[in-house]
Amino acid sequence: MYRYDEDDIRIVRERVEQFRDQVRRRLSGELSEDEFRPLRLQNGLYHQRHAYMLRVAIPYGMLSSRQLRQLAYIARRYDKGYGHISTRQNIQFNWPLLEEVPDLLSDLADVEMHAIQTSGNCIRNVTSDALAGVAGDELEDPRPYCELIRQWSTFHPEFAYLPRKFKIAVTGATVDRAAVAFHDIGLRLVRSDSGEVGFQVIVGGGLGRTPLIGQVVREFVSKRDILSYCEAVLRVYNLGGDRENKYKARIKIQLKTAGIDAFRAAVEAEWDRVRDTPIAVPEAELDRLRAFFEPPAYEAASRAAKSWDAESAVDPEFARWLRHNTSEHKVPGYRVVHISLKAPGVPPGDITADQLDALAALSDSYSFGEARTTHQQNMVLADVAQRDLADLWRGLRDAGLATPNIGTLTDMICCPGLDFCSLANAGSIAVARRIDETFQDLDELYDLGEVQLKLSGCINACGHHHIGHIGILGINKAGEEYYQIMLGGAPGDDASLGRWIGPAVAQDEIAPAVDRLVRRYVEQRANQERFIDTYRRVGAEPFKEAVYGIA
Amino acid sequence: MESREIVLDGAVVADPWVFVADDEPIPSQSGRADAPTSVAPPRVFVTLGRWRADRAALAARGRVGVVVPSDLDIRTLADDLPLLAAVALEFPRFADGRAYTQARILREQLGFLGSVRARGEVLRDQAFYMVRCGFDVLEPAAGRAAADLLPGLSDFSVTYQGAADTALPRYRRPTPDTQRAVA
Repeated sequence: MYRYDEDDIRIVRERVEQFRDQVRRRLSGELSEDEFRPLRLQNGLYHQRHAYMLRVAIPYGMLSSRQLRQLAYIARRYDKGYGHISTRQNIQFNWPLLEEVPDLLSDLADVEMHAIQTSGNCIRNVTSDALAGVAGDELEDPRPYCELIRQWSTFHPEFAYLPRKFKIAVTGATVDRAAVAFHDIGLRLVRSDSGEVGFQVIVGGGLGRTPLIGQVVREFVSKRDILSYCEAVLRVYNLGGDRENKYKARIKIQLKTAGIDAFRAAVEAEWDRVRDTPIAVPEAELDRLRAFFEPPAYEAASRAAKSWDAESAVDPEFARWLRHNTSEHKVPGYRVVHISLKAPGVPPGDITADQLDALAALSDSYSFGEARTTHQQNMVLADVAQRDLADLWRGLRDAGLATPNIGTLTDMICCPGLDFCSLANAGSIAVARRIDETFQDLDELYDLGEVQLKLSGCINACGHHHIGHIGILGINKAGEEYYQIMLGGAPGDDASLGRWIGPAVAQDEIAPAVDRLVRRYVEQRANQERFIDTYRRVGAEPFKEAVYGIA
Repeated sequence: MESREIVLDGAVVADPWVFVADDEPIPSQSGRADAPTSVAPPRVFVTLGRWRADRAALAARGRVGVVVPSDLDIRTLADDLPLLAAVALEFPRFADGRAYTQARILREQLGFLGSVRARGEVLRDQAFYMVRCGFDVLEPAAGRAAADLLPGLSDFSVTYQGAADTALPRYRRPTPDTQRAVA
């Protein structure tokens, strides 16, 4: 993974001191809360329902074991012993004290981490495919380009005060696991007709109040030009985005209002002016960044591989985990291990300090000392030799990290909801728990196959409910927590937005309603059809009827 | 005339510029009755509307700057720039970042070499970005001292991007910023 050089270290250190001074000025009253708010937000510090929340950047989800241990230390020292993985691959701490945040940031800087631009109306932490570099369906590893974008966007002097937040995702794979169609800019590595690998540029996707699927603004931009193209998009947005109404301020609304042709023309005109300036990325810089992401020293397949039949036969629990929580690796003899942070009774995405430490040790023993966060609020050990899988599984199981529910209905995406968030209208964690309790029979869960359930506690859609096969949105109805249900959303290559199926139901009703939905699916499904496929084939009516009865 | 201090190229100085409202006459002399006629008239900022209405006369007078609203397509000023000594760009709220782009276009694309002034809600924590984007004059927000802006200018000694201050992005610089800072 990327390692900081002296410049990178310096800039993060200087940021810590800058923020330390900003906190000092806030505490002394020199800065009003109104003046301080945008400053702390550019450093990932929100004021939540009970306390401050600090969002720490994990650029494109990559973590070293050293960083995992430091996060564990931070969770114990500044929080109540846990952190929360967000849908943008970051980690959030819910209980830091304002006065202690500068020290916390200094502890992060010790391990080449920071909270820069994890909130605020600026370019946010760049995200990617959690399987980058190990997926078999990859044209090229996207991470060097993520790092290129990370550096370009860090303290970009022109784009620190945009109309609204700005999110960029990059994927290099055929199957889109980074939801590039739902970002302000989504970049997809593609091969041009002439055989050159560059980027397809998608602009204007996003969820929130006005969910929209991004549109292709340019089919091909070469690597040399990717920063100038992004700069042109940002410049058109910075000048033309809505600054009056925050609900219309995202680039998706600007693009939709202007129309794709006019928007593209504006970007291309600006791009013509900037592409041949020094921003053009030299090959040497691309080579420098690519060198950080060279594959680790994999063993020959004959040594790494092991048949696990014997072990599986002895231990059905291991066999189950193997089937559901590991996936193919591009190198023979290796597997990708998925760690579910959706254990029963635990808020989705939460991980304790002890678990972070355990994961650090296991990654050192079995996965080249690296781990990743995923936008499904899980984690990944990407490079595990087959012969180590049983040992790793035992280690994960002992740490409570072997819940074998990856990709199933209980592998939910869920925002923090009313329990933490000051924007939320309704609880989401309690609802997730009720649904989880309803689906404790693993065989039943496996029989249901892949069902993506996504849950948000308010219209801002941090739980991505629009792109859940089943999406649930909490609302406030005369002081009571109610939940709307939508069906048919999907994040990846078959991207679609879900549709509401009927009136909101009370909190007690939501788990039974989900139960009725999946039972109806089981009745209706043909062959190996997934929930979403059945929905797309038969439409909403049978599901409406299942939830609300016959009209 | 009230005295005002500004930050000019990183130092606090008395503001040599006067803002002239549309209903005020353009001062022709230094304002002192005994001033010799060889003394140049004061530098004046006028509104964009006045500049457009009286362009020839103002250009003939010289030492004129124009105050530009943040929603103006700055490229429409291209023909005026050779006649202007300064352009003032506005930050109606400090969270409104359009003027950063206007400044970079002025400097990097239109090649404007005169003074580019930041005015409005200009605060210390934005000063570093403003200078990077090509502002040479920072006029402090109402009620703030120019000296308060100074610490913000040295928030960082390392930058990644090329901008109006340093055309080369980090990956094209011959010496890393860290080494340069030490030297």
